[in-house]
Amino acid sequence: MAAPDSPASPRVRERPLSPHLQVYKRQVQMMTSITHRATGMVLAVGALAMVWGLTALAAGPERWDAFAACVGSPLGKLVLFGFTWALAYHFINGIRHLVQDAGYGFAVPDFVRSSWISVIGSIVLAVLGWAVALATWGQA
Amino acid sequence: MNGPGMFRTPLKRARGLGSAKDGTVHFMRQRITAVAVALAGIYLLGLLFGLGGVDYAGARAIVANPFNATVLAGFLVAAFWHAKLGLQVIIEDYVHAPLLAGIAHLANIFVCALAAIAGVLAVVRIALGA
Repeated sequence: MAAPDSPASPRVRERPLSPHLQVYKRQVQMMTSITHRATGMVLAVGALAMVWGLTALAAGPERWDAFAACVGSPLGKLVLFGFTWALAYHFINGIRHLVQDAGYGFAVPDFVRSSWISVIGSIVLAVLGWAVALATWGQA
Repeated sequence: MNGPGMFRTPLKRARGLGSAKDGTVHFMRQRITAVAVALAGIYLLGLLFGLGGVDYAGARAIVANPFNATVLAGFLVAAFWHAKLGLQVIIEDYVHAPLLAGIAHLANIFVCALAAIAGVLAVVRIALGA
């Protein structure tokens, strides 16, 4: 008898072990879940950028100016806006997860509504944050 | 088509081993660091907005403030701890080749630890005027 779970036995290997992604209707809850992971990875890189800024600040004015020039360039601002949105999303959706960890918001309508709050709220928060920053810092 | 073999699944390798007995610790640390990062992050964002028009010396003075430096150091430790735990789960879920997974786990731990140390050290240097 050949080992049934070996690659040589395709009948057993091809049996789906869990419901496959393709058979699911697209739902906002799927997006919020995977986006939380994706933004988490992005923010890990963002945290490294923060350390870069702090070490530059500690190293002296020249290193700080180089860092500020990088961040202030058009590409730097674009990346910074991406970090801002990722932070806003991970923040709002993270609070949503904490609320769910406490046992609330599991009814399907609540789940869908809180998902949309994460999506739309993060965009609003990111744009609002930049609007306030540009207004108070007085630079475009 | 016959015989008990056709019903065999990877379950046989897991049965009797029990759980790793450390899942709850990971879960709790992920949440505790999340709350810490959220609270410290709100404070630091407030600082960041106040940074407008501040020059190099002004920026250093804000970081050097003892309370700000304390919050910053705490944020860095909690944030990279949180990142390490989150990236660890992503590696566990998506990287299945044992050697590659091992390398990825080591890289995750080393990069997060070094980044946290480098960040805290920078804050300490600024706070002590070094």
